[in-house]
Amino acid sequence: MFGNDRTVARGVVGFLVLLALLAPLAALGKFQTLEFAYVWSFAIAIVGVNLLTGYTGQISLGNSAFMAIGGYTTAIVATRLGWTPIATIPLAAVLATIGGILLGIPALKLRGLYLGLATFALALSTPSVIRHFDELTGGSQGIYISGAAKDPFGLVESGQLTAEQWLYYLSLVLFLLLFLFSRALLMSDVGRSLRSIRDGETVAVANGISLRYYKTLAFAISALFAGVAGSLNAMATSYVGPNSFDATIALALLVGAAIGGLGTQAGPIVGALFTVWSPIYAQQIFKGRPDIVFGVLLIVIMYVMPQGAVGGFYRLLGLRLGLRRSVAAQPASPLGPVTAGGIDEER
Amino acid sequence: MATELLLAASVQGVIQQLVFGIATGGLYASLALALVLIYRAMETLNFAQGEMATFTTFIAFSLLTYLHLPYFVVFPATVVIAVLGGILVERVIIRPVERAPVITLVLVTLGLFAIFNGLSGLIWGYVVRPFPSPFPTTPVFVGGVGISYQDLGLIGVSTIVLVLIWLLFSRTRIGLMMRAAALYPESSRLLGVRVGWMLALGWGLAAGVGAVSGMMVAPITVLDPNLMQSVLLYAFVAAVLGGIDSPVGAVVGGLAVGVVLALVGTYLPAVQDLRLVFGFLVIILVLLVKPGGLFGHEHVERV
Amino acid sequence: MALLELENVVASYGAIEVLHGVSLAVEERSVVAMLGANGAGKTTTLRAISGRVKTYGVIRFDGRAISGLAAEEVARRGIAHVPEGRGTLAQLTVLENLQMGACLRHDRAGIKKDLDLVYEYFPWMPARRSQTAALLSGGEQQMLAIARALMMRPRLLLLDEPSLGLAPNVLRSIFAIIAQLNRDQGVTVLLVEQNARAALRVADQAYVLEVGEIAVSGTGAELAQNESVRRSYLGY
Repeated sequence: MFGNDRTVARGVVGFLVLLALLAPLAALGKFQTLEFAYVWSFAIAIVGVNLLTGYTGQISLGNSAFMAIGGYTTAIVATRLGWTPIATIPLAAVLATIGGILLGIPALKLRGLYLGLATFALALSTPSVIRHFDELTGGSQGIYISGAAKDPFGLVESGQLTAEQWLYYLSLVLFLLLFLFSRALLMSDVGRSLRSIRDGETVAVANGISLRYYKTLAFAISALFAGVAGSLNAMATSYVGPNSFDATIALALLVGAAIGGLGTQAGPIVGALFTVWSPIYAQQIFKGRPDIVFGVLLIVIMYVMPQGAVGGFYRLLGLRLGLRRSVAAQPASPLGPVTAGGIDEER
Repeated sequence: MATELLLAASVQGVIQQLVFGIATGGLYASLALALVLIYRAMETLNFAQGEMATFTTFIAFSLLTYLHLPYFVVFPATVVIAVLGGILVERVIIRPVERAPVITLVLVTLGLFAIFNGLSGLIWGYVVRPFPSPFPTTPVFVGGVGISYQDLGLIGVSTIVLVLIWLLFSRTRIGLMMRAAALYPESSRLLGVRVGWMLALGWGLAAGVGAVSGMMVAPITVLDPNLMQSVLLYAFVAAVLGGIDSPVGAVVGGLAVGVVLALVGTYLPAVQDLRLVFGFLVIILVLLVKPGGLFGHEHVERV
Repeated sequence: MALLELENVVASYGAIEVLHGVSLAVEERSVVAMLGANGAGKTTTLRAISGRVKTYGVIRFDGRAISGLAAEEVARRGIAHVPEGRGTLAQLTVLENLQMGACLRHDRAGIKKDLDLVYEYFPWMPARRSQTAALLSGGEQQMLAIARALMMRPRLLLLDEPSLGLAPNVLRSIFAIIAQLNRDQGVTVLLVEQNARAALRVADQAYVLEVGEIAVSGTGAELAQNESVRRSYLGY
């Protein structure tokens, strides 16, 4: 029974990967290909958020700031120093990671809502910082990246791939690499330590887990992912501006992570699909005011499936098949167990 | 002689900025108070507080412009509508997730943010509109210093609102019940208190305070769906600074933020853009040094 | 018809069934004691009555079914539950605690009268009415909890282990007060206690609960005098 399960799951995943690889060549038009490129780059960012919030329990809205670091690094270095865009990605990742470590320092002392608030303030203030250092960042004008889709193999120039397809595959490959990295991390002892921090810091400390080390690690890695995502976004848009990575992006990342399923590994993919496509669909449903549809959808999902799509799926699976494995896969809430409604004084 | 004049002018300037800072501070304090009210009841921040306030301000606008009702009718009517609306939102939308983990509540309030922002845009559009102020813009001279009547009016309104709320909670039966229900919901239930409705009342009150805040902010800037967004941010800063579960803290925090912003805005124009960053840094600093804020209680981690 | 009737009440915490069919009756104006060892289900029985735990079976108060009602609705019917741990509203003052007891009432004269009565029973209270309740000693908090319940002018008073953590002399005065309240004010009391000796002294009726079921019942005097019952169930 076990063996069959795994094979089936592997088969499904394999099929989906194949689909993802072939789709732009066969089925998708230019617009859709580009949108899916965004899906993969957002997925990278959301994997980072998921790692920080879903697995380590830190509510952070600051990842848009790290996306900004990534995006602006790519923009500045590609246009001012003439690097090929793809070469800027490692640099963007490194700088963003440094930012993440720096945020980790004060974040160590903050918990729950306070951390969320502090990081939200970071997200809100990012655009004004960008505007302020206008010599470097181009201020309110932003930076146009010409040749953003230039690939080092010359495939786009020779017409073998369209620019959108190149960006798609770049994003997809990076996503797969980073996803596997994250997966390996989460399934290792490190992952266990992170989860135990989420489930109860006091207990984690009692078990000898260094909060400082692991929290900083979580912030650093999620910033790294955000930096890469920001860089890819910049390339896909060929432009960065102060509002490219503002607070709404930060919120979208958190929302996407939650809707996909915090603490699940497949959740970020669903979350990224939602983040990229729901505004487009919402526009179609309710032309003019997509935020209303978005808000209603968000609330309804929180009522019906607060563990997110993937989390809810696992739960259904567990209920239907009685598989203990699936139930164990259910993520704990990022803030640990139970209630926020009122202070339960009788404990 | 010249230096004396300069001195007088700068003193006058400082006083004017202080008054302006206190006036805007009062606005931040009011919205911060609304945030604190809900936080004390549910340990969660209502991210939609600003948007709800904007929405009610638009309602006031419609009452004034399309029904041609006089201001002194529109003002209390809007507050009443806001209170009822807040109660409705809590009973219909928040109640199903009242006991959910914090992150679910945060996401629901974010959803409300999107909905109210969208509704404001949908119903009234993004055309910028002027909103009248009940106070004349003529200056008043106090001790030789010209102070804006508007600023004094703002201070007056904020003070009245805050005093009323304080009286409600400390002197009335329903205020006591709300306090007990927020702190000790289970024990209050055993005394017959319908805790859910106390929560709803808290939301209603917060919405009412937000409505006042909105109607005071709108004349200063322009009325559009994004009216309260920066006010909300500063209200967050104020609430955290003062202590997120402390009403007194919200007031002090709000005044502090208002004054600092006014002074920075006037005397340090170079760093004008960075005001938001300052806000962020202030929050971080406060939370590091005294997590409970100036007046609040530190959140106790239960094992 | 008794004021309170339980018929075959089954109660569970989640999947764990704790009461396996408890039946008892509390006559108006009487003091009924529920005794038994730790974990027998005494507290659960009170919780079942006041609506704080999932129950099956019939619970009738004043002839009307109350099982399934929310806790605040049960309280509004006139049942005051003083829980174990007392449920002190710690950050509020003594007076505010008492006022919360009366929070549903609108008869100002009656409230004033009851407050005076409470001050008579607990003469230390008036002087300390502005003090934060958290600063009171265990015994004082217990008295405050009882006083607060009295401010509800309840038909039925549920007391969960009033003796817990109290010094013997304080214990004696609390039980004396319970007896007095029943005698003079006609308050019906259902009392859960581990200290069987003290409880039986004031009880008209007593039930002994063992592992979620009633093992023995009888009048207070009967149980107090029955040596074998005392030894096997009550520990003395």
